[in-house]
Amino acid sequence: MRRVFRPTGMTGWVLLAVLFALPVHAQMVTRDGVTLTQAQETRAENIGDQLRCLVCQNESIEASGAALAKQLRVIIRQQVVQGVPDKDITAYMVQRYGIFVLLKPPFSPLTWLLYAMPFLGLGLGALLFWLSRRDSAPPPPPLTEADAARLQELQNY
Amino acid sequence: MTPLRRRLLFGIPLAVVVGGGTGFYEILHHMKEGDYDPHYLPSPLVGKRPPAFSLPGAYGMQGFTNTDILHPPTPMLVNWFASWCIPCQQEAPMLAQLAKMGLPIWGIAYQDTAPNLASFLQTNGNPYTRLAADVSGLTAINWGVYGVPETYFIDKTGIVRSRWAGALTDEIVANELNPLLQRYS
Repeated sequence: MRRVFRPTGMTGWVLLAVLFALPVHAQMVTRDGVTLTQAQETRAENIGDQLRCLVCQNESIEASGAALAKQLRVIIRQQVVQGVPDKDITAYMVQRYGIFVLLKPPFSPLTWLLYAMPFLGLGLGALLFWLSRRDSAPPPPPLTEADAARLQELQNY
Repeated sequence: MTPLRRRLLFGIPLAVVVGGGTGFYEILHHMKEGDYDPHYLPSPLVGKRPPAFSLPGAYGMQGFTNTDILHPPTPMLVNWFASWCIPCQQEAPMLAQLAKMGLPIWGIAYQDTAPNLASFLQTNGNPYTRLAADVSGLTAINWGVYGVPETYFIDKTGIVRSRWAGALTDEIVANELNPLLQRYS
């Protein structure tokens, strides 16, 4: 009798586990010591891109090489893996560092002037444009009789 | 073109330039004077109690937790520092002077090693009543610390009333710390 390989018992489960683990494992990435799926990493990058590095202040947490930014990247990724919603992760940062940590701060009494600036500039430009308009030239005085006769003469040629 | 329009056409851009110029001059002037730092962040912890933490002692001294600073008998300072931080060395004489005046200063060594910390305290003196170590830096993140040194003024109810980022200077002590001490003692 031929021996047919039949995965049974423990062997079967191990094979099944390997089979399912393979494609998942292929998509795992490790960033700053945290291993997560590509989708989770993309989510974490999106969050980090919107947060200011507190040390360099002109870079996002994702782009910065500062030690604190790296720690915050790790915290973001750990929370992403735990399934914490994006807005809760952002709130975690705002609670600690204030709205300055947001590269795009919310509209508030502190930031309204910042957001109003383009419109104020546009309004000022429009005002200056309107002030600098030229008056249309006054209509010429009506022709005198002599001029009218001369015109008629010329038109008769 | 009416005279009013001509005046506005000249005056509005002039006002914008003068206003902007004065503003920039003021900013640069105050940056030079040292009483304005564009990198300064206000602390969201002001008006609140520090978040829960528990840090071990360092340099043979007793560490502390957030419950230890809930009801201090007098107002106190919590000073975040590190041996590798240059402004912390510059700040040391000021802290020594404040400690000598009887103001309790509790220190937290941020991401430091025991040997470096020991040599820092031997060189610069030890103004601290208690000294804890935040080796991981995670407690610092919960406090919103974004650099060292940072100093927190805590009143008798455990509430943070002020936070200074950077070394404490004579100006800060005279204009900010002393009024706070008078108010909250």
